[in-house]
Amino acid sequence: MNLVTSRRSFLQGAAASSAAVLVIGIAPSGLMAATNGADTTMLNPFVKISNDGTVTAIIKHFESGQGPATGLTTLIAEELGISMDAIDYEFAPVNPQLYANTAFGGMTQGTGGSSSMYDSYPQYRLAGAAAREVLLQAASQEWGVPVTQLTIEDGTISGGGNSASLGEFVEAASQLQAPQDPQLKDPSQFKLIGNASVHRKDTPPKVNGTAQYAMDIHHDNQMVVAIKRTPRLGGTVASFDDSGASDINGFIRAAVLPNKAGVAVYADDTWAAFQARDALDVTWDNSAAESRSSDQVFDELMAAVNEAPKYNVSETDQSEVATAIDQANHVVEETFYFPLLAHAPMEPLTCTLEATDDGGVVLYDGCQTPTGPQGAIAQILDLPSEKVQIETMFAGGSFGRRSTSNSDYQSEAAYAFGMTDRSRPVKLVWSREDDITGGFYRPAFAHKVRVGLDANGNIIGWDHRIAGQSIAKGIDVNDAAAPNGIDHASVEGVFPTPYTIPGMFVGLTDIKPATTVSWWRSVGNTHTGYVMESMMDLAAKAAGRDPVAFRLDHLTEDTLEQQRMAAALQMVAEKGNWGNAPEGHAQGIAVHMSFRSYVAEVVEISGDVDNGIKIEKVTCAVDCGLAVNPDVVKAQMQSGIGYGIGHAMRDEITLEDGVVQQSNFSDYEPLRITDIGAIEVHIIPSTEVPTGVGEPGTPPSAPALANAIAVSGPRVTRLPMNKAGVTFA
Amino acid sequence: MAITLKLNGDTHTVDAEPGTPLLWVIRDKMKLTGTKFGCGIAACGACTVHLDGDPVRSCQTYIEDVGDSEITTIEGLNSAPAQAVQQAWIEVDVVQCGYCQSGQIMSAVGLLTSNATPTVDEINDYMNGNACRCVSYERIRAAIRRASEIMEA
Repeated sequence: MNLVTSRRSFLQGAAASSAAVLVIGIAPSGLMAATNGADTTMLNPFVKISNDGTVTAIIKHFESGQGPATGLTTLIAEELGISMDAIDYEFAPVNPQLYANTAFGGMTQGTGGSSSMYDSYPQYRLAGAAAREVLLQAASQEWGVPVTQLTIEDGTISGGGNSASLGEFVEAASQLQAPQDPQLKDPSQFKLIGNASVHRKDTPPKVNGTAQYAMDIHHDNQMVVAIKRTPRLGGTVASFDDSGASDINGFIRAAVLPNKAGVAVYADDTWAAFQARDALDVTWDNSAAESRSSDQVFDELMAAVNEAPKYNVSETDQSEVATAIDQANHVVEETFYFPLLAHAPMEPLTCTLEATDDGGVVLYDGCQTPTGPQGAIAQILDLPSEKVQIETMFAGGSFGRRSTSNSDYQSEAAYAFGMTDRSRPVKLVWSREDDITGGFYRPAFAHKVRVGLDANGNIIGWDHRIAGQSIAKGIDVNDAAAPNGIDHASVEGVFPTPYTIPGMFVGLTDIKPATTVSWWRSVGNTHTGYVMESMMDLAAKAAGRDPVAFRLDHLTEDTLEQQRMAAALQMVAEKGNWGNAPEGHAQGIAVHMSFRSYVAEVVEISGDVDNGIKIEKVTCAVDCGLAVNPDVVKAQMQSGIGYGIGHAMRDEITLEDGVVQQSNFSDYEPLRITDIGAIEVHIIPSTEVPTGVGEPGTPPSAPALANAIAVSGPRVTRLPMNKAGVTFA
Repeated sequence: MAITLKLNGDTHTVDAEPGTPLLWVIRDKMKLTGTKFGCGIAACGACTVHLDGDPVRSCQTYIEDVGDSEITTIEGLNSAPAQAVQQAWIEVDVVQCGYCQSGQIMSAVGLLTSNATPTVDEINDYMNGNACRCVSYERIRAAIRRASEIMEA
């Protein structure tokens, strides 16, 4: 197996934070020189063992349902040799130097890009193995028994006629030098990794109401803040009148945010804050505010894909490609449009700031990217960043929403807290209306694709224009924010693509967004996957070929990437009974690689577009490398599939005069239990390094549905589907 | 104004204005946080509690309308169907983010209390008002069927 992080001797290993606790961790490269070897506070403990035998995994990725609390804990338990019942977990404090995500370049502590397991797999296994070796060494010395004769089983060390709890050796182990190159288990010896019967660690508190989310913070004397925000991007508060709120029991005061983007309403509890906010009368200064409507954005995007693109992403000759297509026997041409989408995690955004005794603050948050809010809060409150602590709570979903370029909601909380005397904790609460109207959407995108096929149905040219709103460049369209001006997140999934496509040109044009935009589950792949897999079906049809066979013909190279993609496609075709749909059913297929994982899906539908389509069944095949927890992988595929399909069916955020027209789940309707039948997931056995599962289920889901609908209905090229003449039963 | 509530087997007096949703009395006054705020308009079901055993959306139940009804939240569940549902939820590992699951469980208990052996269609119809953004629906169906088995055993 190819470990992501090299195993050079940066294992700093066993050290005692106190005589009673053994902590094992790995110092990131570059940090060693800055520390003196005795400073154990610079260790990043991935595992703590108390002398009462309690083992605790320290989880550096937030838990929004995607499973790291279980998965990362499993890695420690596996290498240490204990059962899942014998290990607890807690979320890491903010310290990017220690808990940086290696997949983010090693500077940022955060979760995203479906990288939690990919990032953590080598580190947590090493930490668990180092803990095991140093404990065995301590027992060996105590008993005078060679290490080779000792074993750890379910928290007990045994050998040479002796047997004792791990905790007995914590103090002795903490005095020993850490093993620099601990022996990892051979995968054939895994008991927990890859075991489909390992249960989630976070299930019990989530079925009895005791799991604590940021929304559940109730500090003594806390104030709840709700914010009346500008309904238009760029609007500011001109004036406000809170006299209507004065008789609301629990209302404290209202104040304009320092950035003038809204009015903060302080109250004793949530309902009072919401009531008082509703009673505010705010006059907005819209002189610099956004005023475009969705129709205008649509027109701008459509115009852009019909003009010469600003960026030549593929660095190929567009005129050569166009010429080849002009001379083709068959030309398939389609234009696609994807609207803004809100993430709408079930827990509305919220966080709490409280003063600490050392003059700093602590943030309670379902915190996706601690580095961001730590810096933002420090700046707003004029504190050194180390004075901003973060207590990471369970997050009630995220899908990307809890990580934004400017740490939007944590910054709001800091502004609100900074306008007080800081004696009372401040809890910021967003309503669902705040969430649906609050920006940071999946950006709107358009694609125009022309594909030329020769007489044998082979692709000889693929001209692909993309226009959209760059997440990296932001609302100011700062070209310098993307390497060579090309935001990879705008084109990923089209360029590069695992398919072998002769004569491919990919161009990109950015359009200034009319709202803030951000990363939404699977990011660019939400639209690029839809377009690629719709076009592959259209090209297959023009070539008179079966959609599976046609795709496989473009995955014939002797590369691991193409082999894995082809294998996912073949497995889903087999398991999904491709080509043998029951009478009255239609099937659609799609495959997409994202976040280093390969996912293929067959969507089976009944009904028709006029009387209502019913999604009967979805079959999925996933290659995510080694599946550390197969049941969590299956759950993530089910989740990603439903998330992709639900939004494609009927969701969009639209603007009139710059103002969002949707407000709640009544007009931004979530997928419901009646909308979708069984989602059957098959995991391709693999010994490759574990890769993403949180997002990769999403990209193939909507195009597979679109391909099923197109069997006897329209080819949906403008989303959502219900606005394109498709009725769902 | 002072309002007397019967909640999870005990009687409590709280200070709340008329028009205050039961949700916010439970969460902010009683500090019982298992009942969740999701939408505030009865469109998601995360705030589901029982009034005299029947599931209701607490965000649209005003405090002055509760009267003598016995309120049960996720923290107060203890019926045989409730125990079966919670056991099944653990066996099936239904949860992901978990934020909607208190509401899902309160609805599932309501279903199985009135219909111990629901069909898939009956499960879908009954649970349709409880949204799960993580799309745990397949497992919710499986867990309700499993809870039904546990109750029969």
